[in-house]
Amino acid sequence: MQVLLVLLLLLALSASLYQVGRSRALRAAGGRTGILHSLPSYYGYYVALWCGIPAAILIVAWLAAEPTVLRAMVINVLPAELQGLPPARLSLLINEVRQLASTGDYRFASGPETKAVAEQYRALQGISFKAMVAGMLSLGIAGGAFALRAVRPSFRARNMVEGAVQAFLILSSVLAILITVGIVLSLLFESLRFFAIVPLNEFLFGLSWSPQMAIRADQVGSSGAFGAVPLFTGTLLISLIAMLVAVPVGLLAAIYLAEYADPRFRAVAKPLLEMLAGIPTVVYGFFAVVTVSPFLRGLGASLHLSVSSESALATGIVMGVMIIPFVSSLSDDVICAVPESLRHGSFAIGATQAETVMQVVIPAALPGIVGGILLAVSRAIGETMIVVMAAGLSAHLTANPFESVTTVTVQIVTLLVGDQEFDSPKTLSAFALGLILFLVTLALNVVALNVVKKYREKYD
Amino acid sequence: MSNSDGEPVASAKIKVVARDVNVFYSDKHALKAVNLDVRANEVTALIGPSGCGKSTFLRCLNRMNDLIDGARVTGTIAIDQQDIYLKDLDVVQLRARVGMVFQKPNPFPKSIFDNVAYGPRIHGLAGTGAELEEIVVTSLKRAGLFEEVKDRLNEAGTGLSGGQQQRLCIARAIAVSPEVILMDEPCSALDPIATAKVEELIDELRQNYTIIVVTHSMQQAARVSQRTAFFHLGELVEVGDTEQIFTNPNHKLTQGYITGRFG
Ligand SMILES: Nc1ncnc2c1ncn2[C@@H]1O[C@H](COP(=O)(O)OP(=O)(O)OP(=O)(O)O)[C@@H](O)[C@H]1O
Ligand SMILES: [Mg+2]
Repeated sequence: MQVLLVLLLLLALSASLYQVGRSRALRAAGGRTGILHSLPSYYGYYVALWCGIPAAILIVAWLAAEPTVLRAMVINVLPAELQGLPPARLSLLINEVRQLASTGDYRFASGPETKAVAEQYRALQGISFKAMVAGMLSLGIAGGAFALRAVRPSFRARNMVEGAVQAFLILSSVLAILITVGIVLSLLFESLRFFAIVPLNEFLFGLSWSPQMAIRADQVGSSGAFGAVPLFTGTLLISLIAMLVAVPVGLLAAIYLAEYADPRFRAVAKPLLEMLAGIPTVVYGFFAVVTVSPFLRGLGASLHLSVSSESALATGIVMGVMIIPFVSSLSDDVICAVPESLRHGSFAIGATQAETVMQVVIPAALPGIVGGILLAVSRAIGETMIVVMAAGLSAHLTANPFESVTTVTVQIVTLLVGDQEFDSPKTLSAFALGLILFLVTLALNVVALNVVKKYREKYD
Repeated sequence: MSNSDGEPVASAKIKVVARDVNVFYSDKHALKAVNLDVRANEVTALIGPSGCGKSTFLRCLNRMNDLIDGARVTGTIAIDQQDIYLKDLDVVQLRARVGMVFQKPNPFPKSIFDNVAYGPRIHGLAGTGAELEEIVVTSLKRAGLFEEVKDRLNEAGTGLSGGQQQRLCIARAIAVSPEVILMDEPCSALDPIATAKVEELIDELRQNYTIIVVTHSMQQAARVSQRTAFFHLGELVEVGDTEQIFTNPNHKLTQGYITGRFG
């Protein structure tokens, strides 16, 4: 809250320096704004930036360093016997002190020393805050004054401001990239820890998956099995079923909408189809569990087939329905991107509409359609909610769609839900699975986007 | 029969007869009461300022206007005395008889061979693979492209140069043995050398086909056509032997256009 006020103060300061800078520029021009290199407002922005940015950096740095510095100062003034505490106890104590200091309510202090230290801490915090505000104000004014001195009609304020804006944009994108890289690296390092315990080839090629770890060393079945092949096959089976549903339906719908449908029908149908994509996946999962699975089981029973209530078939079908709009809208885009001149060329030879679609339009759009399907596959492989709700938990190595299988995403969820130690192989295996998932979907996306891009280039 | 100028038509056979043809795009009256006879085995050039309805008229002859939303055609057009706007006429067959070459080359994203084989396959013109190959090779030869592509018939048609692509499109059109070939500014996307080749080709094709070509180039019309029709604001102003149109036009508008005073 206080920090917010400080930032508002800084903003106000910058705003007033903007005015100062602007009027300084106008005065320097002596009424002939034409001789100014840039518009007057750019001089204002230039001064305001010099005021605001260094001061803002100071605040950020100050807030980042404050806890560490205060901690060191407080430890210095602690009574000798408390200073000698083991590090863990010391941290505990400091935490309590901070807690007390932040509320300013010492009634629950664990002892008189703690209370004294907390009071001291609070006092230091107050000083620090004042120092920070003073530092910020002086740095802001100094920066502004420095910038004001540069304001002359020939000064290229616009270029400077443009440069600052660009730097800010670069900073933002670099930040986004760094966060992504950070996530990937943490995935990688946790996976490496896992592979230090379970060899990579056992993980990639092992046929049995039961990630239970012993709580006591003498427990039965104490060593878990971390062969991920059943998870991969389960994922593939469900994705395959999903694609078998989504590709024909989505593609045919796209062909109809793009080539045959009346524009008025298309205007209604296309948004409706895309609305399917807006249904939360948890609703699809619910639908799979409550409607599709029991239906398939009943159907199986009437045919004397045993269909598991968590069958890969039911899950795959529902997932396929979820992916239909994905396939149809991507295919629709590429089909519409096929130049009209090709269709006319075909009609002019006497081809019928079906011949034109099948022999000219679809072949021309094929690379784009394939790209869209690959994107849909990566969507299917990474889909979590539907499979968590509708697919099984136990890892069967089977190609029978009536049995229950589990997927990589389901296992990641079950491995991490609940209280876990973060260094047991069981937990770490989730990171390894996540890494594999990431690599596969990344590869699919890269290939798919390249295919689509090549296709676009051909007709642009 | 007589042509629209009323002068008797010489011994030449009349291939296409258009009578009182009007075209509307929604409310826009794009073509107004056009009467035109096109002689067989001749090249007829359609000239006129942009937007005067040349392409519209061309599209009437193979009913490509059917594909345009809101387009309406009235009047009669007959090819070999057969009305092509009859209700039960098979448009597919009509378009096999009346081929079309577009302004921008539009080869299909298939191999050179498949581009030419497309029409014969659709219309079942070849019984065997050898027959199909025969048709493709003859068409490519007639289009004057065979020598340049004979070693790469399986490569993509889109990989050819613009001029080669246009000749490929001509080969594609003649592969179904049409009687009439419509060309809408076939050289406007080509350089002078490729243009010269296509013009030469048009002149040769006249032996076997009736050709109607839209062009913005007076020189081209003079070079390749025997008959020239001048359109203005949706009306057919004048039609006659090319030589007469270019040396001694009957109409002031024609004269103005040819001498470059407008258009
Ligand atoms: N699809 C269409 N929808 C509506 N109006 C059209 C359409 N096509 C052509 N027109 C209109 O019909 C008139 C004739 O057009 P057309 O394309 O036949 O002219 P053109 O003589 O071929 O011109 P250009 O030499 O520029 O190709 C123009 O006024 C044009 O705006
Ligand atoms: Mg035109």
